[in-house]
Amino acid sequence: MTKLIDFQTDPSKYRHWRVEYDGPIATVYMDVDENGGLFEGYQLKLNSYDLGVDIELSDITQRMRFEHPEVKVVVIKSGKDKVFCAGANIRMLGGASHAHKVNFCKFTNETRNTFEAAEADSGQKWIAAVKGACAGGGYELALACNHIMLTDDSASSVALPEVPLLAVLPGTGGLTRVTDKRKVRRDRADVFCSIEEGIRGKRAQEWRLVDEVIPNSKFDDVVAERAREFAAASAKPDVDKGISLPPLTRRIDDNGVHYDLVEVEIDRAARKATITLSGPATEAPGSIDEVTAQGADFYLLKLARELDDAILHLRLNEREVGLLVFRSQGDPALVQAHEDLLLDNKDHWLANEILAYWKRLLKRIDMTSRSLVALVEHGSCFTGVLAEILFAVDRSYMMEDEFEGDNRPIATITLAASNFGQYPMSNDISRLDTRFLGEPEAVEAAKAKIGEPIEAEEADALGLVTYILDDIDWEDEIRIFMEERASFSPDAMTGMEANLRFAGPETMETRIFGRLTAWQNWIFNRPNATGPDGALQRYGTGVRGDYNMERV
Amino acid sequence: MQDMNVAYDTLIPNNVGLSSDKRVLKALEKWHPGYINWWNDLIPDQFQRSMIYLRTAVSVDPKGWAKFDYVKMPEYRWGVLLAPQVEGRTIPCGEHAGQPAWQDVPGEYRNMMKRLIVIQGDTEPASVEQQRFLAITAPSLYDMRNLFQVNVEEGRHLWAMVYLLHKYFGRDGREEADDLLRRSSGSEEAPRMLGAFNEETPDWLSFFMFTYFTDRDGKMQLESLAQSGFDPLSRTCRFMLTEEAHHMFVGETGVGRTIERTCQVMKENGIDDPYDTDRIRALGVIDLPLIQKKLNLHYTLSLDLFGQEVSTNAANAFNAGIKGRYHEHRIDDDHKLTDATYTVWDFEDGKLVRKDVPALTAINMRLRDDYTRDAAGGVGRWNKIIEKAGIDFELKLPHEAFNRKIGVFADKLFDPEGKLVSGADYDAGQTKWLPTHADGDFIQSLMVQVTEPGQFAGWIAPPKVGIDNKPGDFEYVKLAMA
Repeated sequence: MTKLIDFQTDPSKYRHWRVEYDGPIATVYMDVDENGGLFEGYQLKLNSYDLGVDIELSDITQRMRFEHPEVKVVVIKSGKDKVFCAGANIRMLGGASHAHKVNFCKFTNETRNTFEAAEADSGQKWIAAVKGACAGGGYELALACNHIMLTDDSASSVALPEVPLLAVLPGTGGLTRVTDKRKVRRDRADVFCSIEEGIRGKRAQEWRLVDEVIPNSKFDDVVAERAREFAAASAKPDVDKGISLPPLTRRIDDNGVHYDLVEVEIDRAARKATITLSGPATEAPGSIDEVTAQGADFYLLKLARELDDAILHLRLNEREVGLLVFRSQGDPALVQAHEDLLLDNKDHWLANEILAYWKRLLKRIDMTSRSLVALVEHGSCFTGVLAEILFAVDRSYMMEDEFEGDNRPIATITLAASNFGQYPMSNDISRLDTRFLGEPEAVEAAKAKIGEPIEAEEADALGLVTYILDDIDWEDEIRIFMEERASFSPDAMTGMEANLRFAGPETMETRIFGRLTAWQNWIFNRPNATGPDGALQRYGTGVRGDYNMERV
Repeated sequence: MQDMNVAYDTLIPNNVGLSSDKRVLKALEKWHPGYINWWNDLIPDQFQRSMIYLRTAVSVDPKGWAKFDYVKMPEYRWGVLLAPQVEGRTIPCGEHAGQPAWQDVPGEYRNMMKRLIVIQGDTEPASVEQQRFLAITAPSLYDMRNLFQVNVEEGRHLWAMVYLLHKYFGRDGREEADDLLRRSSGSEEAPRMLGAFNEETPDWLSFFMFTYFTDRDGKMQLESLAQSGFDPLSRTCRFMLTEEAHHMFVGETGVGRTIERTCQVMKENGIDDPYDTDRIRALGVIDLPLIQKKLNLHYTLSLDLFGQEVSTNAANAFNAGIKGRYHEHRIDDDHKLTDATYTVWDFEDGKLVRKDVPALTAINMRLRDDYTRDAAGGVGRWNKIIEKAGIDFELKLPHEAFNRKIGVFADKLFDPEGKLVSGADYDAGQTKWLPTHADGDFIQSLMVQVTEPGQFAGWIAPPKVGIDNKPGDFEYVKLAMA
């Protein structure tokens, strides 16, 4: 799969979805174009999806937040007659490389999390109106909605048939949401996850698999009524008009990806990408209304969109780049002024959306299975939300004292109140709380420094960086670290980093990305699923997978 | 920190552009005072103040590497000297064989390389510590001077390793360099890394045996590091080898002169039987069987320094190209050892067997075999001395199974012929095979300081030629008043 995967799209390009907006209610129709697969070799029958389908869904969720803040309820429906969604396309999975499958699942998980959290983050409640078969990834799509309505037509069902049919797991949060979110009794969940045909009608409701079961004749009316009720009950303030998210200015060439504020430089021989974030070129707007007027050009939104795209690009298109190096250059005071404006206007819809976007983006960084390192160089602007990157990475290095021939302002880190809870990790606590799990007093010590530019020695004493290095050691130490890192097994690195990054409490999200994903990725590597006689390969041939019956 | 304000290029002879190397200068400024303190605390004060006729290397060319003059040891100019860079040198072995030699530490191997350098560096000051009191019983000014020459050169070798740590290993390297001064031979708190370097060198015969056998292990290690794909390490070790040769010379001639004197005194007194030890000892010389016992001890202790016969560490270092074999460049094979085998000793079903193992894992063993061949040379020359005197005695290297604490032979009892023996047989034989406390007392009784120029203690013969071709009565050490 050498084709470049582009995460940028817009409604004019959608092949698989359409959205109808009606005041506070939006209806999202999944209507997958069978012949619109991202790659050759499979047809997206029965509303099954591949990464291309999901990229569009992700775009919809994002635009819903920024372009349609008037929407309070989103109804997701099928555009096809007899099927809601058959889940991820099996032939696509059967033909995809392991790495592609893993990246595909990670991205779909992130998208599900995004619309699931939309209600809590910005008052947009997603509901699923299920008519027709809703299986596997299809039911997982519904599970991520906060209200599931199922028609009682004696045919429509919800199902997680992965285990009996394909010898893999419902890996897009399915298993986890059944027990953690829907709180289905574990023995019933065991039954449900072991049967191909799924569960219909009243029993689906009894078993908590759906919220409502509605007679087929009344289904559309009840769905419409429910949407109106939810919209009326929504605490989300009324907003007249959103902002538009125009295409990013982006150039991709052999050396990397070039945006206005984000520069990605790829060194393939060193298996390294350096991501440089630029600070704002201008003063922060004087008011939140000016932010709205700037729209997608507002510094922190533009930066987030560019960085988000860069991370996704690197994940899918640069798989041998094992090390992501974060740098920043700019005036920290200007960065902070921009963030402060948002923090001071949290109850404004756009400020809220931009902050919530950074929360998602920082989680996306946490979740990126590459070695992450930050370089706090002279002239850098790691403050507030950008300082958060320092606590997301596996290691950070900071310049100490002046460097010969370097007249940039001395390297500092500035903490803001936002570093103490505004951007929780998937474990639902802040990165600093996670970092200092064993030394809560260190969090307090850091808090006492809010607003003060912290130079290397103090940053070291506060535990905010891994190493501080002076002029003499900087270049060599970093070179050696990076060379060493690049020489380790990528698998061992991924495993080690994923284990070290997420200390602290478990949440549904950490269980999805930790337990469910890790097991799924193991199964994806086992012949019972993916071998030549495994279930994925044999799917559709009428012959069941030939399993090695040893329990491991 | 003490302000040294040192003109480093003058104080430290070097060919590495020290005065313009900010990284190393900064590190050395912090390290140097600690080193001087270490030296001053170590060597008894009287000798610190004495003028000693020492060789100083001021450059690596033939004219510069051996400048002789009187100097007080604390003012000795410890230099940082690397053998000249060889144009187009390539990595000599392992998976990167044939690629250009590294001029910087490859990040992938940084820790392995650092460990090798630290272990090597740790032995250098250790031997000075082990030998610190020997000057008090020096059998002549000539020998005293040789001792100090060995000492200052071990000091310089420490400098060489510290330079590499400072130059190429950043903060970690500086910490390791500091620790080289923190550890100390025989210390309970922080002993030297290798066991053999925590034993005091109690007398001059031990010193000669040490420089012959144990410094030869050092030589073999340097030889294999001289084959490193990391060019600065290779160049450093190549130059160190020229100095190490002198240490071996001190050892070989020291033992040789001891043998010569013993044979001479036996002849003068009409003793033909080398085992007539009571009479021989009464004449104030060291009997040949005791010399054999000392040889047995020092040779076997040195064999332990080569580590386990089958070693994955050694395999990794070879495969990484950071440590080669002895004379790697002269060996005619693929230098990768992917399929080659090597024969090693093993112990199976209660007996010693020879066994083929993957050559890559037997790197230590091969180096040890090379060592044994190298060490056998001097033993042959010692036997020539005995033979010339007409005495029926032959010194022999014991079997490598004898008296071992590391490897397949450890924890088992072998005699010097390599025969597995019972505990009772071992106890009975031990006094004939290894020096006893009584032997030690006897040797100690002979250790008297002789400070008259041209004079030698009764147990050792004078050398054939003086250092720097100086005449026999040359005053190699101008002793300060005690």
